Amino acid sequence: MLTYVLRRLASIIPVAFIAVTACFFILRLAPGGPFDQERALPPAILRNLRAAYDLDQPLVIQYFIYIGRLLRGDLGPSMVVQDFTVSQLLALGLPFSLMLGLFAFVIATVAGIAAGTIAAVNQNKWPDYVLVLVVMIGLIIPNFLMGSILQLVFGVYLRWLPAGGWQNGSMAHLVMPVIVLAWPHAARISRLMRGSMIEVLGSNYVRTAKAKGLGERLVLSRHAIKPALIPVVSYLGPGLSYLLTGSLIVEQIFSLPGIGRYFINAALSRDYGLVLGTVILYMAIILVLNLLVDLAYAWLDPKVRYR
Amino acid sequence: MTDVLNVRDLNVSFALHESEVHAVRELGFDLRQGETLAVVGESGSGKSQSFLAIMGLLAKNGRATGSARMGDVELVGMAPGKLDAYRGKDIAMIFQDPMTSLNPSLKVKTQLAEVLVKHQGYSLDKAIKESIAMLDRVGIPAPERRANAYPHELSGGMRQRVMIAMALLCRPKILIADEPTTALDVTVQAQMLDLFKELTNDFGTALVMITHNLGVVAGLADRMMVMYGGRAVETGTVDELFYDPRHPYTLGLLSSTPNPESRARRLNPISGLPPSLEHLPEGCSFNPRCAFRFDRCLVERPPLEPVGEGQRRKACFYEGPLVAEERSA
Repeated sequence: MLTYVLRRLASIIPVAFIAVTACFFILRLAPGGPFDQERALPPAILRNLRAAYDLDQPLVIQYFIYIGRLLRGDLGPSMVVQDFTVSQLLALGLPFSLMLGLFAFVIATVAGIAAGTIAAVNQNKWPDYVLVLVVMIGLIIPNFLMGSILQLVFGVYLRWLPAGGWQNGSMAHLVMPVIVLAWPHAARISRLMRGSMIEVLGSNYVRTAKAKGLGERLVLSRHAIKPALIPVVSYLGPGLSYLLTGSLIVEQIFSLPGIGRYFINAALSRDYGLVLGTVILYMAIILVLNLLVDLAYAWLDPKVRYR
Repeated sequence: MTDVLNVRDLNVSFALHESEVHAVRELGFDLRQGETLAVVGESGSGKSQSFLAIMGLLAKNGRATGSARMGDVELVGMAPGKLDAYRGKDIAMIFQDPMTSLNPSLKVKTQLAEVLVKHQGYSLDKAIKESIAMLDRVGIPAPERRANAYPHELSGGMRQRVMIAMALLCRPKILIADEPTTALDVTVQAQMLDLFKELTNDFGTALVMITHNLGVVAGLADRMMVMYGGRAVETGTVDELFYDPRHPYTLGLLSSTPNPESRARRLNPISGLPPSLEHLPEGCSFNPRCAFRFDRCLVERPPLEPVGEGQRRKACFYEGPLVAEERSA
C-alpha cells in the first residue's frame, strides 16, 4: 500500500511537468501581452518593464527561468496586480474558492447518491421521472445562465437572497452560488448512481440477501450501496476538479472573493505569472484528488490490490 | 410424517410489454418434514420460478397467485416485510451460481453472521463464532481464516459450501436448492451432494432439489416431481418414477440420460424443443413431442390424477405400457 502511494506520487512528477510546459507555451501563443494597453506606453518604459519581468529574453530562456523559480517554490510576481506576488494573490483567494468548491462538492455528492438510490429503488415510478427532469435541467443549462436566472428570480424579483457579493460573509450569500455549482455535478452523480444501483439490485447477491430475510433497509444499506458506489467514486475525482474550476466562473457571476476574480482578469490581461500559478495550483489539487479516489477503490472493491 | 409445505394451485405469471407469460400453472404438491423432493424439468419448465415465487423473490414484473402454506403461514401474497421473518430462518434458498451469489464487497463472516443477528437476535461476536462453527461443519478447512476472506478469495466449491452454511445457520425447516451443483466441477458436485444429504439429515431439514440432472435425483431424493410447460406432469417416489415411469416425458428424460448398465449404444433424446410458454399447444402441452399421443391429447389437457393406490400422480391419458423401444417418433 505504502509503495503504491509512493509510486503514484512519483508518477505525478512527469504529468505535472508536461502540464506546466504545455500551459507555459500555449499561454504565449495568445496574442497580446501584460503591458498592452489602450494607450501605448512609451517605448523606454515598456522596454524597462519587459526587462524587469524577463520578457525580453528568448521564450525558451524565459521557460527555464520560470521552471527554475518554480522548483524553488516561487511562482513569481504578478505582472498586472502591482506589488503582489502570485503566491500572495492565490493565498488571498484560495480559502474562499476551496470552501465554495468543497461545500458544493459535499452537497452534490450526498444529494446525487441519495437521489440516484431513490430513483433506482422506485425505477419507472414518479420519483424516478422527477429525478430525470431535475437532472436534465441541471445538465442542459450552463452555470453562467443558471446563475443569472437565479439572481434575477430570487435576488431581484423575489428578494429572498442577496444577488451577489460577500459583504458580511453570511451564509445567505453562498446559497445560490452553491446551487449553481452543485446542480450539474449532482445530476451526473445521480445518473451514475441510478444506473449502477439498478444493476446491483438485480444482481444475484442482492437476491441472496433478500432470501436471507434481511429486510429492505439492510439489503440496501449493507449489500447494495457499497458495490453500487464504485462507478460513482471513479467520477468523484474528475467531478471535484470540475467543481473547483467551475467555481472560478461562478465566483465571477456572483462577485465572490475567490481565485476566480483574479484568474479571469489575469487571463484577459495576459498576466502570465498569475494564470500559470492558478493552473499549477489546481493541477496539484486535481492530481492529489485522483490519488485519493484510487485509494478509495480499495475500500469499496476488495478485489482491487495495490502493487 | 407431517407436512412442512403445502402448495395448492400456484400460478406464476410475468407481465411483458403487451402480453402475459404464465411460467407456472396450477402447481400443487406437499413437502414432508425431513424428506428430499427433487423437482426435475427442462429449462423453462417453471421449476425455478415456482420456488422463487414461494420465497417472494420473483422479478418485479412477476406475479404469484394461489397458496403455499408453511404450517399456518401463507407465504404467497405476504408483504415482503412480513416475509422477512421467515425467509432465511424457516425457509432458506441456495442458488445456482456461487460465483455471483455472494456479495463481493463483504467478508464471508459478515454475510453469515448477519443472518443470526437478524433472526436469532445474537450479538455480533456470538454470531461470528457460530458462523465459524458452521463453516467448519460444511467442511471448510481453516474456517477462521476463510471467515475473514472475501468471496473472490475462495474457490467455486468453497463458495457453494459457504452458501450452504449460510442457508443452514438457522436450521430451517425447508431448504430450496436451485441447481446447486450445476456450476461446479464434477468431482466437487459429488462431495456437495453428500454434504446436502448429511446436513439435511442431521438438521431434519426438508430439501427441495431443483435440477435437470437425473443422476443427482437418483442419489439424493426420496420423491420427485417432473415439470413440463409450467405444470407438474408426474410425481411419485424416485424408485417408482425411475423404474416404472408413467408419463412419456418422464420416460423421455430417463432414456436421454447416460446409463452404463444399459446396452443401448446411443442416447435417445426427446425430439423437438421445449414449448414456448407464450404459445403452449392445445390439449396436452407435451403432445407435439409425444410418441404416445392420440386424438384426445390434442384437444383436452390431462389433469394430474392419482395412479393406483399410493401417492403417485400423473397427467397423461395414455394408459398402455410405456416402453422406450416402442417409440416410433
